[in-house]
Amino acid sequence: MADQRSMTIKGNMATAMGAKLCRPKVVPAYPITPSTLFPEKMSEFIADGELDAEMINVESEHSAMSACIGASATGVRTCTASASQGVALMHEMLFVASGMRLPIVMAVGNRALSAPINIWCDHQDTISSRDSGWLQFYAETNQEGLDLMINAFRIGEDNDVLLPAMVGIDAFVLTHTIEGVEVPAQEDVDDFLPPYEPPHGRLDPDEPSTFGSFGTPEYYQEFKQAQVEAMEGSREVIDRVFDEFEERFGRRYNKVTTYKCDDADIIILTMGSMTGTAREAVNRMREEGKKVGLAKLTVFRPFPYPELEEIMSGAKGLAVVDRNISPGGFGAVYSDLAGASINIEKKPLIKNFVTGLGGREIFVKNFVEIYEKTLAAVEAGEVKKPLEWINMNQEVMR
Amino acid sequence: MTKVKITVGAINKDAGSSRRYKTGGWRTMKPEVDLEKCVSCFKCFDYCPDGAIKKTDEGIEYDLDYCKGCGICAKECPVEAIVMVKEEK
Amino acid sequence: MTGEDKELFASGHRACAGCGEGTAVRQILKAAGPNTIATVCTGCLEVVSTGYPETAWEIPLIHAAFENSASVASGVEVALKQLGKKDDVKVVAFGGDGGTFDIGFQALSGMLERGHDITYVCLDNEAYMNTGIQRCSSTPYGASTTTSPAGKYSIGEQRPKKPIGAICASHDIPYTATATIAYMSDLKKKAKKAIETKGPSFLHVFVPCPTGWRHASNDTIEISRLAVETGIFVLWEAEDGDICNLNVTVKPKKRKPVEEYLKTQRRFGHLSEEDVKKIQADVDEKCEKYGF
Repeated sequence: MADQRSMTIKGNMATAMGAKLCRPKVVPAYPITPSTLFPEKMSEFIADGELDAEMINVESEHSAMSACIGASATGVRTCTASASQGVALMHEMLFVASGMRLPIVMAVGNRALSAPINIWCDHQDTISSRDSGWLQFYAETNQEGLDLMINAFRIGEDNDVLLPAMVGIDAFVLTHTIEGVEVPAQEDVDDFLPPYEPPHGRLDPDEPSTFGSFGTPEYYQEFKQAQVEAMEGSREVIDRVFDEFEERFGRRYNKVTTYKCDDADIIILTMGSMTGTAREAVNRMREEGKKVGLAKLTVFRPFPYPELEEIMSGAKGLAVVDRNISPGGFGAVYSDLAGASINIEKKPLIKNFVTGLGGREIFVKNFVEIYEKTLAAVEAGEVKKPLEWINMNQEVMR
Repeated sequence: MTKVKITVGAINKDAGSSRRYKTGGWRTMKPEVDLEKCVSCFKCFDYCPDGAIKKTDEGIEYDLDYCKGCGICAKECPVEAIVMVKEEK
Repeated sequence: MTGEDKELFASGHRACAGCGEGTAVRQILKAAGPNTIATVCTGCLEVVSTGYPETAWEIPLIHAAFENSASVASGVEVALKQLGKKDDVKVVAFGGDGGTFDIGFQALSGMLERGHDITYVCLDNEAYMNTGIQRCSSTPYGASTTTSPAGKYSIGEQRPKKPIGAICASHDIPYTATATIAYMSDLKKKAKKAIETKGPSFLHVFVPCPTGWRHASNDTIEISRLAVETGIFVLWEAEDGDICNLNVTVKPKKRKPVEEYLKTQRRFGHLSEEDVKKIQADVDEKCEKYGF
């Protein structure tokens, strides 16, 4: 392995560097806060001759994803970036990309959805597209953002998967924050990720095929089932690719990464950049002798049921911290986890904590509160209030 | 209708496979050409929405598997060489 | 079978008997030739020609959604450039009037402005036919549709047709033309020119719809001809967006009264003599502008 280059860069630059190393050929993109630096950087790479590709400066996110679909179907590696309203606007096309089995990769600067308009971090944008058939990865750090871009191409393009993938990096907390990252060498990434050759077909006059057929009730359900099978099949591929990535680049990724969970009574489950704060909280609580652990979700789709089942098996209480909310329901991670655990005999009490919406900060003390509330439920032997809001600004509440 | 095994991403590599579906069954009126009158201008060939007319050395020939009986050919024929007759079922 | 006689839009497609789109697409694909990739927006053309496991397309086709034939085509075109194939392979984007005038207008404008080497073909049958004849910005004044029905207090559609050709040409694109299926050599010539033009071109093709316009299936070509002979639809072409100097390619020596066109279709069946007079006056004014 060639030496990795140490750089101190913003999260958007990290995802752009990751994308560049994967040598995409077509990059259709539309600017949106907080992801705009991604198309800017890709444009610069192309302008400076560092990347042999073409930008399409489209007139909307809907067209960005549409152009990705056209380019990917023509047989070239394609990526884009977006956030928030942009992801919402392209929602329709997300389903088309996965239905056609086009392994497009999108970096998302996770940002809240309007109204009221808000440019800061939460996960509502990508969570609201969880059913679109895309693989979903969430980064804790800029390093993870860069690495997950490379992994996303490799996993999505695997012949047994052929699905698009999004890599979420938290708005501002990561997108605009400078961190140290190790950047792999181009030749190593070239080795890790061979050129894209679509095995299932491409738009080519020498072998004319029709993409985007009209699917009648006779066939539609079978297509959807095949798509779900590919998503299921990606579980094994993700493990294999993460292993290979570690072997090659020395950094370990897991669908779920645990921290001090072995003897923990209470486990806090997080996703994205809040994990760093949660880890600090766990360290401090451990110093006080509290048996608390942390589980970080890196892969949200496919939802890692088996891994979480194992983690849950030893704990008495599980605190799921969601940076998103389905009004009238729960946070998405909680809902999925509750669904996954319903048939498990030995499971902890599970509580859902919603916080960090629209850029609300999440402090160490908030995780301590989350721990205490979960512990109280365990001690009481029941969950009276499954959903609780954390770090509310009492001064402005009606 | 022919059943096929589904393909990845519903990509259909069977170009022109619509020919398996015979739209001739829709027809209530059928075209008949009088080749004595036909001047081989091939206007009918160009106008036919269904590609159901073939050029021949003598003029034209219908592919009744696909002719839907719209009657455009008969109406547009400049020498009235085509008539529409009731389809015998 | 070679060259022009090779059918690239195969029989067995499920368009209604007498559908003008069938004729138009057959001819435009012949003009484009087999080394072409097409995109199509959701609508009649897509539904009648791509029902899995069948397809009427003998060239590669991609359908993604209703509003994005132009942006999908943009992705295809740039990918072809990256693959080094753009000089050999043409890109043609098809859209119905709904997918062009209304929901796909933004994507179309973007495609034209960015200068992609794509021919955009609008097949205009003047309403949302696939969903059951709803009013579109392409629907002409006085036409009765299911969402602009004629009634005691309405003459049907109350707004004039949006001038899509002039709007597209105003992007200063190299080539814009209008065509219709009755004037076959004009259509073929313009299709060929549009496809051979480097950069974006826009071809607006007027295609009668027996189901939506409520006319006899054998009248499709005749109505397309009457539209030109009455001045309802003007056949023109413009280069480099110069709509002040557009070239009217078919000028009827003596224009027929619009009534001859209107009476062929039951969507206009409710119009009074007064209404017809108003439409005639509007057409007279328009034709004067076009110089005939």
